[in-house]
Amino acid sequence: MALPVYASPLQRVWHYVFFILCTAIFIYLLVPIFVIMPLSFNSEPYFSYPMEGYSLRWYEEFFTSDQWLLGLKNSIIIGVFATLLATTLGTLAALGLNRADFRGKPVVMAVLISPIVIPIVITAAGMFYFYASIGLSSTIPGLVLAHATLGVPFVVITVSATLVGFDHNLVRAGSSLGANQTRVFFKITLPIILPGVVSGALFAFITSWDELVVAIFLAGAEQHTLPRRMWSGIRELLSPTITAVATMLILFSILLMVTMELLRRRTERLRGIRN
Amino acid sequence: MTATAESTESEFLSGNNTLKSRLRRAERMRKLWALALIAPMFIFLVIGFIIPIISLLKLSVEDLEVGEALPRTVEAFREWDGEGFPPPEALEIFAEELVISDENKSLGSATRRLNYAFSGFKSMLKKTGREAEEKLVGLPPDQILDGFIAIDKDWGNPEYWLAIKDAVGPLSDFYFLWAVDRQRDEEGNIIQRPEDQSIYIDVLLRTLEISIAVTALCFLLGLPIAYLLATLPPSKSNLLLILVLLPFWTSLLVRTTAWIVLLQNQGLINDMGILLGFWDEPLELIRNRIGVYIAMVHIQLPFMILPIYAVMKGINPWHMRAAESLGAHRWLAFFKVYLPQCLPGIGAGILLCFILSLGYYITPALVGGPQDQMISFWIVENMGRVLNWGLAAALSVILLGITLIFFFIYNRFVGFDKLRMG
Amino acid sequence: MNRYWKGSLAALGGVVLAGFAGTGPVSADDTITVASWGGAYSMSQREAYYKPALKDIGMTVLEDEWGGAVSEIRVQVETGDYKWEVIDADVGTALAACDEGLLEELDWDMLGGRDRFFPGSALDCAVGTISYGTIYAYNADVYSDPATAPQTVADFFDFEKFPGKRAVYTGVSHTLEMALMASKGMSAEEASAYLQENTDEAFDEATAFLEPHKDQLVYWETGAMAPQLLADGEVVMTTAWNGRIYNANVQEGKNFVIVWDGQRVDYDVWAIPAGVPGADLGMKFIEYASQPEVMARQSQYIAYGPTTEEAAALIAPDVLKDLPTAPANLTNAYWAPVLWLGDHIEEMEEKWAVWKAS
Repeated sequence: MALPVYASPLQRVWHYVFFILCTAIFIYLLVPIFVIMPLSFNSEPYFSYPMEGYSLRWYEEFFTSDQWLLGLKNSIIIGVFATLLATTLGTLAALGLNRADFRGKPVVMAVLISPIVIPIVITAAGMFYFYASIGLSSTIPGLVLAHATLGVPFVVITVSATLVGFDHNLVRAGSSLGANQTRVFFKITLPIILPGVVSGALFAFITSWDELVVAIFLAGAEQHTLPRRMWSGIRELLSPTITAVATMLILFSILLMVTMELLRRRTERLRGIRN
Repeated sequence: MTATAESTESEFLSGNNTLKSRLRRAERMRKLWALALIAPMFIFLVIGFIIPIISLLKLSVEDLEVGEALPRTVEAFREWDGEGFPPPEALEIFAEELVISDENKSLGSATRRLNYAFSGFKSMLKKTGREAEEKLVGLPPDQILDGFIAIDKDWGNPEYWLAIKDAVGPLSDFYFLWAVDRQRDEEGNIIQRPEDQSIYIDVLLRTLEISIAVTALCFLLGLPIAYLLATLPPSKSNLLLILVLLPFWTSLLVRTTAWIVLLQNQGLINDMGILLGFWDEPLELIRNRIGVYIAMVHIQLPFMILPIYAVMKGINPWHMRAAESLGAHRWLAFFKVYLPQCLPGIGAGILLCFILSLGYYITPALVGGPQDQMISFWIVENMGRVLNWGLAAALSVILLGITLIFFFIYNRFVGFDKLRMG
Repeated sequence: MNRYWKGSLAALGGVVLAGFAGTGPVSADDTITVASWGGAYSMSQREAYYKPALKDIGMTVLEDEWGGAVSEIRVQVETGDYKWEVIDADVGTALAACDEGLLEELDWDMLGGRDRFFPGSALDCAVGTISYGTIYAYNADVYSDPATAPQTVADFFDFEKFPGKRAVYTGVSHTLEMALMASKGMSAEEASAYLQENTDEAFDEATAFLEPHKDQLVYWETGAMAPQLLADGEVVMTTAWNGRIYNANVQEGKNFVIVWDGQRVDYDVWAIPAGVPGADLGMKFIEYASQPEVMARQSQYIAYGPTTEEAAALIAPDVLKDLPTAPANLTNAYWAPVLWLGDHIEEMEEKWAVWKAS
């Protein structure tokens, strides 16, 4: 987008207007995220600049509060188990979808993608109604199942994308050299699709980690997750502890994002794609 | 697959037919394997997701509450032709069942259902239930109606009796009509609901209005960014792309929280504005539509930018230069040559943004006022606080229907497989 | 950690593979969840009841918040999916829920008989824990001269004399009565009686009076939000539960003034959802919380009154004067019409929700 030397004055003006516009949009995109972080170190319980002093008191409040810590623990447990379940089921399904075309594939695809498409409130209400009738609501297993459901499509999509460039001759080579199916899977297929599986797992994890609406419907006080705790907190009063939690969540998101990017690059390298 | 080497060889030599059948068998095995791999996830989703949603949506056409509390009354009322008052036998059964349900306290959901038809029905039924044993049971058939009227004069109004008949179930369009602010009158015609109970048409229009406005704003803000990303050299555009992805990866709740902090009366934006002398009184930026738009556009913007950018990246910049060198004005070249090539990305971005906006709940609930709540809010409200599950289900069917229509359009023009986030 | 792991493993092993065999809610032996109203009020309960309960009767109390609607209890009883062993509810809700069989009948022998409690606070399914007032308050930093500051219910709706937004409760209670007092010049008791006798008409009159100021109304959902809105300058006046304002003054050094005119006085009660497996634990907790010296503790943390004579006798005089039942605070007040509310609250709430949103 460099301005050519022969640009007319009007083009020059437009060029700068465009850049100012884009800068403004970027500020809009990023300001909320970067403004909330310093506030969590404010020594006073206000949301205004300039800050009067710095302290870690809101982080201390988080790490000494039973309710917040319970939320953190629940979020980790639910996230990990939902991810394991979603990754296992999703990876197997992606391998199956990649192996063969069959009648009814569109139906399978539609079912598979539906958790992303159906508005989350309907999903949550349906699960609440159904899980309650079989005794699964207000339980950790119930939330694990619900979150795994929401995460599965992302795993399938990510792993399928990795499989697009997969060379099936490698599997045939493995088989012809005498390895059985299981051995071929663990020695050949899995290492190659691993980056896709891991990014799918990260997607599933972050889906569970950030999920709120299903938690509103399905979680009792004992199963409150971090977002569910935040939701109560925001609706009651916006304490700076919430900005501390928000800051930690943002940093966690950045960590996941960097991991994903590194994985993506690795996949491309493995598949010999460069662009 | 377990055939021995010799037989393979002999079959191979014996002719085409067997080779074909072997190939077919191998192909069939492959398919079976594929299905076996897909099956666990498919079953998991059907049981844990599809069935729950269908069982919820089913509630929108069911009308079972009165039948569960007063099973024999419902049978008797079905026989009644709806003219005048129900026959004395039906009234007798009704009185008997009221006594039983008063003792068991099992009338709760039935009174609630009937109260939807007429406010005040609930207290009338409770009162009648309390007094039924003493004042109704054992009355001669020709006096039983008067017995009811003696307990509450409203029993003399045939409309109340018709409301019970209307609720005998098992199926009913009652909740669907309600979800579009309609009801049936005594003759069964569909009419407007009373104004103080009509809100859902407004809510539906509001949901569409907010979704369209958010999508339009996202398009206006997203297009320049996508263009910038696509035309910068990769080293710079990669950095900027990370700046777009960062909010995308940050939880919706965190971003909404940040906007509350910024938009409050004593939030950062108002503090800055007053400090710098732009305005004197705090601007109303939250608990209204402005707040909803600011926060929702912020959350939806990456869904617009990423698909457009993906398409723009693939467009050869020489096309523009060629058009310009052929004498087209820069703008003309942009609109005639560049933009048409972006259409797939633009279409994908707009549809995705619109579909996702339709289902918003958390953000409007936190930064909007009562007049800014979308259809999801009313589903939650009826599902939770009001406990009108039939109405919640009917609203869900409407929201789901609209979402699916646009999703099928999306699928036709873009495809499921492009639904890659980030 | 252990029981969560077990629970989650059950999800993976048992539920997914063997089909949907449900596992019940995981709950340790002497742990209960109490649903209450959050913020300063929950804090006062935490200090007065929950924390000491662990020491005194070996019971761990977990906290949840709820919106106070009958439906929230109904959904747990109807689905059998219990989230709470004990509920802190207002009387109207408790009566309506009791009527529908949604609450356990209390063991009055365990509580030492109904006569221990103030009249109207000993019900079949519920027992009083506090008396509280719904009042309105303003910030004395904004209206610093007491002579020109708001003093009556009419002032609350006088948008010319006192421009700025007002906050009222998101539910229907008290706002309609206040509107009737202001628009028709009724006393608190007259307004309450008028609403009960001419419900539909009164509703229309009250909302018609509010209609021109609708965009000036903000709604608070949780008790803590009311003082917060006042402190943040989001509104110039707000209705609130009196203890919340008191606490904001005492504990956060705020300068809020309570206007007692037109006060609504109400009890909060303990109740137990019908059929909850931990009902006996719930009863044990209520018994503990109803002991005079335990109950009297709560007034140290929030300006709400107790519900037994014995507890009232233990409260210091300087605390008593800020309670809603102090004679000076009752000059123009009404008691919440709990019996009537039991029958009408839900349809009123529904109409109110429609009015707010349209």
